[in-house]
Amino acid sequence: MHELPVIQSILDVVLNHAQMNQVSKVHSIALAIGELSDLQDEWLQRYFDYISEGTLAEGARLVIERTPVVLKCASCAKEIPMKAGEMKDIVCPECGNKELTLISGREYFIKSMEAQ
Amino acid sequence: MDEVRLIEIKEDILSDNKDLAAKIREQLKNSHTYLLNLMASPGAGKTSLIMKTIEQLRGHYRIGVIEADIDSMVDAEKVAAMGVKAVQLRTGGFCHLDAAMVSTGLAAFDLNAFDLIIIENVGNLVCPAEFDTGAIHNAMILSVPEGDDKPLKYPLMFSVSNVLVVNKIDYMGLSDFNMAVLKERVKRINPAMAIFEVSSKTGEGIKAWADWLDTQVSAFLK
Repeated sequence: MHELPVIQSILDVVLNHAQMNQVSKVHSIALAIGELSDLQDEWLQRYFDYISEGTLAEGARLVIERTPVVLKCASCAKEIPMKAGEMKDIVCPECGNKELTLISGREYFIKSMEAQ
Repeated sequence: MDEVRLIEIKEDILSDNKDLAAKIREQLKNSHTYLLNLMASPGAGKTSLIMKTIEQLRGHYRIGVIEADIDSMVDAEKVAAMGVKAVQLRTGGFCHLDAAMVSTGLAAFDLNAFDLIIIENVGNLVCPAEFDTGAIHNAMILSVPEGDDKPLKYPLMFSVSNVLVVNKIDYMGLSDFNMAVLKERVKRINPAMAIFEVSSKTGEGIKAWADWLDTQVSAFLK
């Protein structure tokens, strides 16, 4: 699936920042990934280990935080957080409206890295 | 040895793709070409719907097709047999198209000579939803045999698409698919989504869908 292009992008961004900050080794990378992404932590790390070989980021640990799925009510604008697997037959708890829009849960965001 | 330090990055991984997609949209605006990204699972009827749509709109617009397939040219050949320019992108195992691949596909067209280009994305309800292709609108097909529970299983696909074509409605009597339940599930994720019920086989509903697309294209070309 598309783990490789996503991981390649993470590595490119990290190496770019490593160069700008003149670091010699990246220890860990903090990521925020939306819960709707089907990419599993274990596989992301394995792919990362594979493509980062021989770079400054070789051996870096991915610290992945999942950002929750948040829907917004089209009627009263209430924001409703929920688990990805629970998106079944939802109504707004505030006003009972059924028209909801996804506002968070699909991002791939690199927050920071620890390096020396 | 240097101390370990925390370096702020704050970058979106897909930002390159988003930037390129925005550039494609700019290019399309300049050449007056409406680009539609059509997504669906394998076998939902993407190629058949494209062919039916071409039949309806070829009198009004100069139409082209970009076909994405992991490793075949079957779909492109079918479309080309209608006398429509079709460009085949072999994705070589990739499960989706991204903006860079679409840009390559568009380069094969003289965009000034095309009003409407339809992308047939890779058959998959998961990955294509994550990558902006630069299209003006996203369309998706759900076929009746796939079931009315798909918005629950693939909410991202349903939330990024502007329009849903429910295909193979000629199977309705043979399946426990409930159209009212489907529509309610869709509205809960994407209240703005337009929904059309069609059968590419019998032709039912095709005109209403083609009229919707016609309206979008003519509004964009104005």
